[in-house]
Amino acid sequence: MIIPWRRLPFFVFLTLGTIAFVYPLVWLVSASLKPRSQVFDNRLIPEIFQPSNYVTVWETAPVMRWLTNSLTVGFMAAVAVTLSSALVAFGFAYFRFRGRNLLFGIVLSTMMLPGAVTMIPVYLIWNKLGMIDTQIPLWAQNLFGSAFYIFLLRQFFLGIPRELFEAGRVDGCSYFGLFRRIAFPLCKPALVIVFVFEFKASWSDLMKPLIYLQTPEYFTMPRGLKQIIDAFALSGHYEWEIAVAASVIAVVPMIILFAFGQRYILDGVATTAQKG
Amino acid sequence: MATTVERPAARGQVEPARRRPPKRSPLAKREDRAGWLFVSPWVLGFLIFTAGPMIASLVLSFTDYQMIQTPRVVGLDNYRELFDDPRVLKSLSNTFVYAAMFVPLGTIFALALAMMLQRVGKAGGFFRTAFYLPEMTPAVAAAAMFLLLLNGQQGLVNKVLGWFGINGPNWTADPNWLKPSLAAVSLWTVGGTVIIYLAALNGVPKQLYEAAELDGAGPVTRFFRITVPMISGALFFTVITHTIASMQMFDQAYTMFYGPQQKATASDESLVYMVYLFQNAFQFFKMGFASAMAWLLFVIIMAITFLQVRIGNRYVYYHGER
Repeated sequence: MIIPWRRLPFFVFLTLGTIAFVYPLVWLVSASLKPRSQVFDNRLIPEIFQPSNYVTVWETAPVMRWLTNSLTVGFMAAVAVTLSSALVAFGFAYFRFRGRNLLFGIVLSTMMLPGAVTMIPVYLIWNKLGMIDTQIPLWAQNLFGSAFYIFLLRQFFLGIPRELFEAGRVDGCSYFGLFRRIAFPLCKPALVIVFVFEFKASWSDLMKPLIYLQTPEYFTMPRGLKQIIDAFALSGHYEWEIAVAASVIAVVPMIILFAFGQRYILDGVATTAQKG
Repeated sequence: MATTVERPAARGQVEPARRRPPKRSPLAKREDRAGWLFVSPWVLGFLIFTAGPMIASLVLSFTDYQMIQTPRVVGLDNYRELFDDPRVLKSLSNTFVYAAMFVPLGTIFALALAMMLQRVGKAGGFFRTAFYLPEMTPAVAAAAMFLLLLNGQQGLVNKVLGWFGINGPNWTADPNWLKPSLAAVSLWTVGGTVIIYLAALNGVPKQLYEAAELDGAGPVTRFFRITVPMISGALFFTVITHTIASMQMFDQAYTMFYGPQQKATASDESLVYMVYLFQNAFQFFKMGFASAMAWLLFVIIMAITFLQVRIGNRYVYYHGER
């Protein structure tokens, strides 16, 4: 292989950058396997392996429940938002109906709306419905679609040649059939992007679980992790190795998701600012 | 809307009128109904979870509402209190300081990485993946991790700084360094922006650079006269989204500095606006006051975005469109 000397400086800088981005995660995994006194020794390979940190986390906190809760909530949130956003996006992409442009303008403008403005009344709604301390408020709003995903999917639907839909109509396909049989299958990559983005967002979110959940059994993983950190703060002695092991547990499912959806995710990110 | 695909004319036996006729044909009416039916989930959600709550939040902001009794109208009291409460002003200035650090640094850092990525061509795939990895880390886990990495005495960051003879600050324990600590965590998750910039850079026609080189333009000139204008759309998009997100930063700050341990920190230097709003709403149950805070945030974000769009429109170049 020819060594591209002119590009060498770039490789050096990029490698440094990669270390800065990836090393913290490696450090985290390594620290999670160390005894408390050595968490800060910054060795990559622990001097003393202590995988029992994970057992301790498992025994002191309902981690399995938190993981299951996060998976359930993430799955519900992602499925709900993908299906509903696709349906709405198709409505905006295919039909020319009265008020469409105005309505789509409103969709776009809601993207800028800070969540804080609706947060309190929405909490009061769920409170009235008796849904506090259940997981329903964490995902149910997604059934109505989300502006950013509607925008993204609409762009993809607009890219489908219109003749396909015309052909479908001639063959006696209903409007919903056009969506289900033509648009939906053709936009699978985009739908995967939406699913993964929303799953990640739901998995990472701290604020909603803080607002809506009280019983530790119902916590999601980030909320549970916060609980662990708070517990140390209260007791005054910091069991770093436990917090670190719990952090790893919160991160690993996302890394697995990334490993599988990598191409979709990276392409999806690249598309977000381009499709304007 | 500008990108709408024009509909081919042939559609069934009736030629649908291109220009909207004064009276709508039955076909057009059918399409009206179908279109509205498809978008109805969003319309419904908008009314229940956005428009309704916005009005409710505005009304609440003029009341004293502690959740136990019915809201009591207090007029402009909450808004007056906003400007009398030193913690509101402190949290607002903290948020601005954080945004003022993160938005420019994040943009420059991400752009530098993206430009290098572009230079290495195919080999960039590995780096691209590596840079995006931190974005997959939940903010709470990232914050917990950085609490340890930024530890003043034993943290890895200060050890590395030590190799270069830099005496690192006491990051998460020194009131002056709390906001830089928050910005550091955010910088770590800037990989998504790198990917966006890379895609934009790859869209710049090579001929432009070649032509400029023939005209004797140096690398600096090429950067400012070609690269920046050609990717200004992506730059503009990320600066706006980063600003809006920074103004609403919560997860990191709350994980690192709030909760039962906040008595230990006892410093308002890390109090960002959303954390204080959250505390007012869900810890002190001052729903009316928190609503007023939310509306102030709304107005501020709108004002900043409007300003950015005004300035941006003068410089942003969109290829293809317009």
